[in-house]
Amino acid sequence: MASDPRTQATAQGSRRIRVGDGPATRRVLVGGVLLVTALVLVAPLLAIFVEAFKHGMAAYAASFAAPDTQYAIGLTLFTALIVVPVNVGFGIAAAWCIAKFRFPGRNLLVALVELPFSISPIIAGVAYLFVYGAQGLLGPWLGEHDIKIMFAVPAIILASLFVTAPFVARELIPLMIAQGSEEEEAAVTLGAGGWRILRLVTLPNVRFALLYGAALCNARVMGEFGAVSVVSGNIRGQTNTLPLQIELLYQDNNAVAAFAVATLLTLVALVTLVAKAIIERLDAARVKAQGRPGH
Amino acid sequence: MNRVIPGFSLSLGITVLYLSLIVLLPLGALVWQALDVGWERYLAIMSGARTLAAFRITLSTAALATLFNGVYGLALAWVLVRYDFPGKRYLDALVDVPFALPTAVAGLALSALFVKNGWFGGPLAALGIDVAYTPLGIAIAMAFTSIPFVVRTVQPVLEDLAADVEEAAATLGASDLRIFARIIFPAILPAFLTGASLGFARSLGEFGAIIFIAGNLPLKTEVVSLLTFIRIEEYDYPAAAAIAATLLGFAFVLLFLVNMLQLWQQRRIGTGD
Repeated sequence: MASDPRTQATAQGSRRIRVGDGPATRRVLVGGVLLVTALVLVAPLLAIFVEAFKHGMAAYAASFAAPDTQYAIGLTLFTALIVVPVNVGFGIAAAWCIAKFRFPGRNLLVALVELPFSISPIIAGVAYLFVYGAQGLLGPWLGEHDIKIMFAVPAIILASLFVTAPFVARELIPLMIAQGSEEEEAAVTLGAGGWRILRLVTLPNVRFALLYGAALCNARVMGEFGAVSVVSGNIRGQTNTLPLQIELLYQDNNAVAAFAVATLLTLVALVTLVAKAIIERLDAARVKAQGRPGH
Repeated sequence: MNRVIPGFSLSLGITVLYLSLIVLLPLGALVWQALDVGWERYLAIMSGARTLAAFRITLSTAALATLFNGVYGLALAWVLVRYDFPGKRYLDALVDVPFALPTAVAGLALSALFVKNGWFGGPLAALGIDVAYTPLGIAIAMAFTSIPFVVRTVQPVLEDLAADVEEAAATLGASDLRIFARIIFPAILPAFLTGASLGFARSLGEFGAIIFIAGNLPLKTEVVSLLTFIRIEEYDYPAAAAIAATLLGFAFVLLFLVNMLQLWQQRRIGTGD
């Protein structure tokens, strides 16, 4: 957008040409937005850390000594370790067929990929219960074969797969459409096979978007609450992920421990946002160098 | 169809199979359970006082949250696109906090802020306003989790807005407010409504952020997602299926609305995919 004449005009501080550029309007709007943002976005973040360290460093550190909390940390990491790679794979497959090909039902497929974003996590949890629960679609069969999915780790993983399915695909699809297929077509002409093209041409071109999608997916998996609380059964030290542990600690009136655990997930969120900012800057530099979006 | 690039059948096969297993199978099971309830029983469940109250509370608080984000989100998008000021990059990054922060953490933080001895709860209580354990608390939790929607849908459209019409209007002597109301706002309206609908949809289904601050009293501060959860815990599966399927119906209606809005938007810009 650097070549946009209006940005240049404002940058040079020339005559007032656009709506809202008057000094008074500008000050009121920027000031008002900053004030509201401090109250609604910054204050909650601060409150988490203030509450967590309310009784000092020792109390904060002691919060992580509880075996249930340590188990929750492990289970959350384990879940992310499975869900993120699976949804990265799905995202690449979905983006490949949607971005590189035209076929009947393509728009419907795009809508389906995005569908989990529009569905309440509680609905997702209930829906899974109706598949794998004792009275669910597959319940009797699973019972006969003594396979436990509901109220156990597999259900947590399945529900997490559902809620985070769109994250990687959604970052890749628009970018791969914008980049076109010329490089891949050239690679085919040169005799490269599909996997080689994916590994050496396509993925390097979308690596930043892929990383960002994976980071978002990871943050959401680690923080998912609604869907997981329906399917996990909330068994302490068995099916409790970190967000569920926060709720339990809070109900136990162990506020410091609840906030201490919350700081971990807040840090995951902040790291994700910093990663996004870095990726966007790298991307902007790349667009400048190559003249095309390269996320 | 592109016949040069390989991997079409494989990637399409993986995508369709995965979506069928992970998304369509559970949603299908939910619809099947709901249909199994039967029309009469469905009506009885949905017209129960507690269900009706939950829907009324959820819809009204979601509307309030969307109203807040309509104003704040639009102002935020405007400030980010039109002005340069120190710290702008941090403000832009902060917008995504509600998407990255787990809802349970958001709920915990908001309840700490709004309880009677909290940073905001104290001064508000002095003014006679109770937030924690009231519908207002629910609206605040919904508003927090859906802040990014309006900002992120309006921002790119505002960026691409051509300056010439605006300048022409200014040359003709139209006031700022008039230019905004007659030229700029109509241009961003489809994007604005899309963001508002997405935020509203998100608020209707929100759970984690709300239960920490709502008090969760039946008929007073119990939202639909929580009632669904409670019916599951009571093993009242028909009621859970009926309520969840209704909520799913709302989600589909809003999704349809968003798609219509995007068609409108594309026609206006004159660029399809």
